[in-house]
Amino acid sequence: MISAGGIGIEHYLTVGAILFVLGVLGIFLNRKNVIVILMAVELILLAVNINLVAFSAFMQDLVGQIFAMLVLTVAAAEAAIGLAILVIYFRGRGSIAVDDINRMKG
Amino acid sequence: MIQAIAFYFFATIVVASAVMVIMSRNPVHSVLWLIMTFFNAAGLMVLVGAEFIAMLLVIVYVGAVAVLFLFVVMMLDIDFAAMREGFIRNVPLGLAIAAILLAELLLAVGAYSAGGIQLGAPDGSAMQAADTSNIEALGALLYGRYIVLFEIAGIILLVAMIGAIVLTFQPPKPGARARQDVGKQNRRRPEDATIMKNPEIGQGIEL
Repeated sequence: MISAGGIGIEHYLTVGAILFVLGVLGIFLNRKNVIVILMAVELILLAVNINLVAFSAFMQDLVGQIFAMLVLTVAAAEAAIGLAILVIYFRGRGSIAVDDINRMKG
Repeated sequence: MIQAIAFYFFATIVVASAVMVIMSRNPVHSVLWLIMTFFNAAGLMVLVGAEFIAMLLVIVYVGAVAVLFLFVVMMLDIDFAAMREGFIRNVPLGLAIAAILLAELLLAVGAYSAGGIQLGAPDGSAMQAADTSNIEALGALLYGRYIVLFEIAGIILLVAMIGAIVLTFQPPKPGARARQDVGKQNRRRPEDATIMKNPEIGQGIEL
């Protein structure tokens, strides 16, 4: 399994790194749009999953894949709760602009 | 050779569609590109033999999370053009931070491939045996050694489900529509609800 066809773990880690950076960039670029920010967070979690699965496969240890499943669970729960909060926020304010979310003055 | 071709194919599409996710003008297109990203990431995982995680990505993300995103994007009536007005202003800062992050991560990857820091090897207790499939080995591990983690994950999903229901539940407005009163319905007896009348022929009855 290791480096079949010249593909090693570094290739996977590089894809994960690029995906992670794209997720962070997405948060910076779409600062006003909460939906796209949530999608960028999903991209970051996908990058984490790629890293976990790559290490799991190349080190022949399945625990990484178990961990990837738990990350997947939390990502799904986060998306559901985040979108529910978004829906009730929109219902109350008629907008989802991040700039308007300052009522609690945290 | 075919492995390298498949890897570069999937990796290119993953990165390209991730770029489209964050650059699209229309969030609906963003969601569709996100689906594309997850599909091709699943392909990457199949390549290293993690079939179960790959199928999970397709089912959970494409089947549930992305469709949830799609529903919310289409349900909310939002002026997405106004959302993008800070886009150009944030580009320099975002690109600078992204470049720093990418350089750091690639430095780490390079250092790892040059030997890395030895933190100990896996003890082999969680190795996939040669004669078992990926899902069989994962199942044995998940329902055996990691059963507690599995159950905690179930509780997290339950809490998320109840939380989403409670958050979005709208109590009916007073006077909008009569609500069902189960106790009143159960207290109702046939004697209260029906009467027997035997009217004269040719006459109606008064109720």
